[in-house]
Amino acid sequence: MALSGMRGLSVFISEIRNCQNKEQERLRVDKELGNIRNRFKNEKGLAPYEKKKYVWKMLYIFMLGYDVDFGHMEAVSLISAPKYPEKQVGYLVTSCLLNENHDFLRLAINTVRNDIIGRNETFQCLALTLVGNIGGREFAESLAPDVQKLLISSSCRPLVKKKAALCLLRLFRKNPDVVNVDGWSNRMAQLLDERNLGVLTSSMSLFVSLVSNNHEAYWSCLPKCVKVLERLARNQDVPQEYTYYGIPSPWLQVKTMRALQYFPTIEDPNTRRALFEVLQRVLMGTDVVKNVNKNNASHAVLFEALALVMHLDAEKEMMSQCVALLGKFIAVREPNIRYLGLENMTRMLMVTDVQEIIKRHQAQIITSLKDPDISIRRRALDLLYAMCDVSNAKDIVEELLQYLGTAEFTMREELALKAAILAEKFAPDLSWYMDVILQLIDKAGDFVSDDIWFRVVQFVTNNEDLQPYAALKAREYLDKPAIHETMMKVSAYLLGEYSHLLARRPGCSPKEIFGIIHEKLPTVSTPTVSILLSSYAKILMHSQPPDPELQNQIWAIFNKYETSIDAEIQQRAVEYFALSKKGAALIDILAEMPKFPERESSLIKRAGDTEADTAELSAIKSRAQQQASNALVVTDQQPANHPPQVTQLAMVKIPSINEENNHVDQEVTQTNGSMGEGEPQNGDILGDLLSPLAIEGPPGVSGTETLSEDGALALAPVGEQENAVKPIVDIAEIFHALCIKDSGVLYEDPYVQIGIKAEWRGHQGRLVLFLGNKTTSSLDSVQAVFLSPSHLKLELSSVPEVIPPRAQVQCPLEVVNLCPSRDVAVLDFSYKFGTNLVDNKLRLPAVLNKFFQPITLSAEEFFPQWRSLAAPPLKLQEVVRGVRPMSLGEMANLLNSLKLIVSPGLDPNANNLVASTTFYSESTRSMLCLVRIETDPADRTQLRMTVASGDPTLTFELKEFIKEQLISIPSASRPAVHQQPQPTTQPISLSDPGALLAGLL
Amino acid sequence: MIHFVLLISRQGKVRLTKWYSPYSQKERSKVIRELSGMILSRGPKLCNFVEWRGFKVVYKRYASLYFCMCINQEDNELEVLEIIHHYVEILDRYFGSVCELDLIFNFHKAYYILDEVLIAGELQESSKKTVARLVATQDSLVEAAKEEANSISNIIAQATK
Repeated sequence: MALSGMRGLSVFISEIRNCQNKEQERLRVDKELGNIRNRFKNEKGLAPYEKKKYVWKMLYIFMLGYDVDFGHMEAVSLISAPKYPEKQVGYLVTSCLLNENHDFLRLAINTVRNDIIGRNETFQCLALTLVGNIGGREFAESLAPDVQKLLISSSCRPLVKKKAALCLLRLFRKNPDVVNVDGWSNRMAQLLDERNLGVLTSSMSLFVSLVSNNHEAYWSCLPKCVKVLERLARNQDVPQEYTYYGIPSPWLQVKTMRALQYFPTIEDPNTRRALFEVLQRVLMGTDVVKNVNKNNASHAVLFEALALVMHLDAEKEMMSQCVALLGKFIAVREPNIRYLGLENMTRMLMVTDVQEIIKRHQAQIITSLKDPDISIRRRALDLLYAMCDVSNAKDIVEELLQYLGTAEFTMREELALKAAILAEKFAPDLSWYMDVILQLIDKAGDFVSDDIWFRVVQFVTNNEDLQPYAALKAREYLDKPAIHETMMKVSAYLLGEYSHLLARRPGCSPKEIFGIIHEKLPTVSTPTVSILLSSYAKILMHSQPPDPELQNQIWAIFNKYETSIDAEIQQRAVEYFALSKKGAALIDILAEMPKFPERESSLIKRAGDTEADTAELSAIKSRAQQQASNALVVTDQQPANHPPQVTQLAMVKIPSINEENNHVDQEVTQTNGSMGEGEPQNGDILGDLLSPLAIEGPPGVSGTETLSEDGALALAPVGEQENAVKPIVDIAEIFHALCIKDSGVLYEDPYVQIGIKAEWRGHQGRLVLFLGNKTTSSLDSVQAVFLSPSHLKLELSSVPEVIPPRAQVQCPLEVVNLCPSRDVAVLDFSYKFGTNLVDNKLRLPAVLNKFFQPITLSAEEFFPQWRSLAAPPLKLQEVVRGVRPMSLGEMANLLNSLKLIVSPGLDPNANNLVASTTFYSESTRSMLCLVRIETDPADRTQLRMTVASGDPTLTFELKEFIKEQLISIPSASRPAVHQQPQPTTQPISLSDPGALLAGLL
Repeated sequence: MIHFVLLISRQGKVRLTKWYSPYSQKERSKVIRELSGMILSRGPKLCNFVEWRGFKVVYKRYASLYFCMCINQEDNELEVLEIIHHYVEILDRYFGSVCELDLIFNFHKAYYILDEVLIAGELQESSKKTVARLVATQDSLVEAAKEEANSISNIIAQATK
């Protein structure tokens, strides 16, 4: 093919190609840019040919990755040239150089519009192409009517029509309001009758987009889609040029099937039958052939058909056909098909109950985890994660661990997280769980969060049988030359507690254990040093009578750290030193950590009994129920995300326990944080995971922090037992607090405590309700029912009817956010205690902001988005009055706590706040939300708020939500803690140890 | 929806870029850098899909050129893979056994043809014959204008054709 007659351009390209290196190329480019700039500037009457040539050169340079910051005007001005060649260049270069947010585009709107409504077909095509490719909101608002007119005009030829359809699709994406639903559903139906397949393909794309937004309006189009499929797949009634490797337009088939997936169901039996006939034909009739392109095209259709079958939840027979096909696919050699087979199996698990059939392919899937292709490995990982349950957890988790050693860095984080979740969810026994987590820390310590090792500690503490094993394991890991800091923490902790159980083994004398731990001290960070100091104290305590040499060594270390610059370390050193001087008294104070509260352990014992079903553990479709795993799950009593929260829960429990064993050593509590250990073996006070830290934490620093962090909750359970059954916490207040954090007590009365723990990921949440019976007799007729609003899908696993005495059961709850709404789900919880029927309606803290994920935007990211969401309903503004007065800093904190992340300095006016977040729901998927609040320093009770997002409902709901937060007085605000109101209706009796304790804090 | 189309040579040189979603120039360079790193390093017998920042990139290598299209995670990958091939076949037909040099020196043609295949990141025309006819018509319009410029006579008659 000859060069296209633009010699200057060809010469330039050759010269660029001949450049020996990047530097030469840059020089040549700079020279050319200078030349073009001069020409544009100085020569007013540049010939069209010249102008064209320079504009092309600019595009070429731009494509090479150089900044071209001038000449946009010239490109845009070519659009209004009268002749086709210049106009064509103008349109094309403009649509490549600029994007929809570019101001220059505005200049062109009028010309573009004239070309669209003009009579010249070729000009119409150029204009529609530009708008279809880079048109923004402004184009949408001013051009949509004209484009629609073209699309439905009978005189408009196919070449224009198909462009008009896709152009309208773009405008609709930019602003859904430009396509008026009422007027359009009939028109759309007519468009689907189109015989020309080029036009029909484009119209179908438009239709997919419309129907994904609102299927209700387009029911009448459904039979037409089925007709199209019949025409293509059954009758093969297609002109030769529209077949692709013998397949009648595979693209149109795929799009049509995609459109059908947006309808919830197909009611008309005839249409349904016709569709299934087509689908059956596709499922059965797709063979693997030699030609790659034919194969790809036919499988594109096949996979879309599979998706449609899954969506329609067809008859069992068809579904099992699908699974069989997928099973075949994941074993084929062709990598694309293997990849898609794995991907679709994962999707299938989400929609139907095919767990058992898919398990048959487990070996093959595990093989895929070792595939040379990272794309395929990722799919295999996702699928293994989705298909895991108690029956195969061991195999799967072990595979994951093995893979962790070789996985690329980018995948490790996800891998570690998934392995940890699965191990926790489906562990057959505790020592296995422990092995898994230790290996995980060993192989990918950076990705193992603290709560995971806290949990290990908790399990070990509660299981005497496990303790020697744990200590031994920890000892083994310490032998490694380099170990992760997290491993250091957990090993030091475990050895401090339990190394004496190993004393008879070689290499495990207190001195040796101390030696091996201390060896690592120079390599660890400050927080770990504190833990090591505690271990030393414990080791010292365990070696009675003291070995003078060891004692001196350890004392020397304590001495050294007495002057540490870190207050935490210093305090520990001073206190441990003083304590260890007390000789035998040391044993009492530093004795082994007590078990976590009795009721947990009682559940463990019971786990083997028939009542095992009280604790449902499988979050996925309640499929897994095995006794062994219950053991783990019931021990897994509390969230341990953040120390403060954990402490809070521990404290909440204290009163109920104390009522019975009325010997809280008040003094100890006072002097040493939560170290309230009168009788270590009873262990009923230190009720939680965090106790390793809490017991050692100085009451000063970390104590106060804890307090101010958990706010009201830490002090909440101050109640009086003789009262009728009334909540002993302020439910409303607690609800507000839970709106901004993920775990805590949801409800408590004298008999029952309901805790909640939530994990949020995107539009989904996994919650666990902890129903605890505080009494010594069982609670009957327990019922928990959700009254859920339409925007949430809630799946609560079964709640046992009876909660045994002093037991806690866990009820996992799956939440899916379907669409934005600020309505709140309500939990109707009732039970019978004696003859009293207690019924409470509790709001579930699955509120709008739980589906946010914080995002921080820079100015250059923020402003284009802010501008592109220009007007209602996507951007709404309101003046809010009666705002609770607060400083700008407080307001920023409030927004941040709602995960609306404030970007300081983005708004030039210091009295304004600008915040952003990402919202997740099934309908909107991830959606960026932007908020601006303009305050009036003179009047803090009013402000102006502007909220923008890509979804009108979301914008509105978010605006209202923030308003509620600003106007109401969410008692969760942190400083409120110290003035925590005691429930006035319930005077605190001073003999109540709970009250005493609370008073101390 | 296709968010962008990239043609990258084996040496990492960009031969064509088309963006259907708004990216700033800075973002564009970053995307190209990231993706060429990922895609050019992949071996020959692997699948044609790469997962990237929550999107999927479908790519295919033809001789020394990689054709890449970025789509949403839930889009049909094979369908897009064949859009790539469809485009390549059209280029092949137009240039007559297309090679990288054709696309370098006639990059504007590659753009014109792409505009007849895709709009708004969606397939516009699945008939190669139709696309070829439309591109030929455009070429003749340009040719006609050139001749007309040479011979000053015919100015008005052709202008609106």
